[in-house]
Amino acid sequence: MPDEPELELTSSLVPLFVITNGRALPPDHEYEHTTLVMASQDAAATARTLSPEAGQVMALIAEGFLSVAEVAGHTHLPLGIVRILLAQLEEDSLILVRRPIPRAEHVDRELVSAVLEGLKNRFGA
Amino acid sequence: MYLDPDVSHAVKILVVGHFGVGKTTCIASLSEIEPLRTEEEITEASEGFDDLSGTPHKKTTTVAMDFGRLTLSDSLVLYLFGTPGQERFKEMWEELSRGALGALVLVDPERLHESFPVLDLVESFGLTYAIGVNHFEGTTDYPLDEVREALNLTADTPVAKCDVRDEGTSAQALITLVEHLMSQLG
Repeated sequence: MPDEPELELTSSLVPLFVITNGRALPPDHEYEHTTLVMASQDAAATARTLSPEAGQVMALIAEGFLSVAEVAGHTHLPLGIVRILLAQLEEDSLILVRRPIPRAEHVDRELVSAVLEGLKNRFGA
Repeated sequence: MYLDPDVSHAVKILVVGHFGVGKTTCIASLSEIEPLRTEEEITEASEGFDDLSGTPHKKTTTVAMDFGRLTLSDSLVLYLFGTPGQERFKEMWEELSRGALGALVLVDPERLHESFPVLDLVESFGLTYAIGVNHFEGTTDYPLDEVREALNLTADTPVAKCDVRDEGTSAQALITLVEHLMSQLG
């Protein structure tokens, strides 16, 4: 298909359910703001058959991990749309996903202490 | 732009406060990336004002939220989410508070009464918090004890003075919160 410039307006003219292939929103906890995502290594070949928005997400995370919130921030896509796209991409094994660890007291202690140490190192406090 | 490839833990802390208190400025002072913005749709009950029929109905609103990032070690990254403090954004709080380590509540000593709805939300979601009293140079310097009393804080709630435009004092307020989190974990 030739690149018609007027077709680039997909996100504003096409209803959101078209972008997402009619998929429903996955539950919030599936792709939380702090879930980290990156394109898997063999994803490049498949990526060309994706919707422009899914392609945009894949291009963004091609070289490394970013949080779901950063994906939404950089692509300017609403968070809900990003979640639906990620669900599809993960189902197709095109992305690697690192989910936040569920909270538990013993984990918290270790984490909070690492956060404190990290902040003190960073800000020299 | 990308995270360190070894980052395995992403944690979040909420920076909350009423409209205009300086959440985004605070995040910008601390973040290693240019703060980014997410937009998400929430449904809110529109009771009271624009409902002529008298039956409760819901409408969808887009809420924008600014956030920043701080890499703390090879494996650990901290995200700071500026969370609006209005009761009508409760739906967003449900998700954001899940897994959050705690909240830094920014208050403006000139408008302390505006912080009550924020404190109600923080408490109703069970978040451990510290208060950051935003103090701009040249404005009245309120003693922290007066702020504590006016906000009805418990004795163990830390109160730190900061200038949200300044990295050092903002970082100190954040560290005060994290030290408080440590003490709460025993």
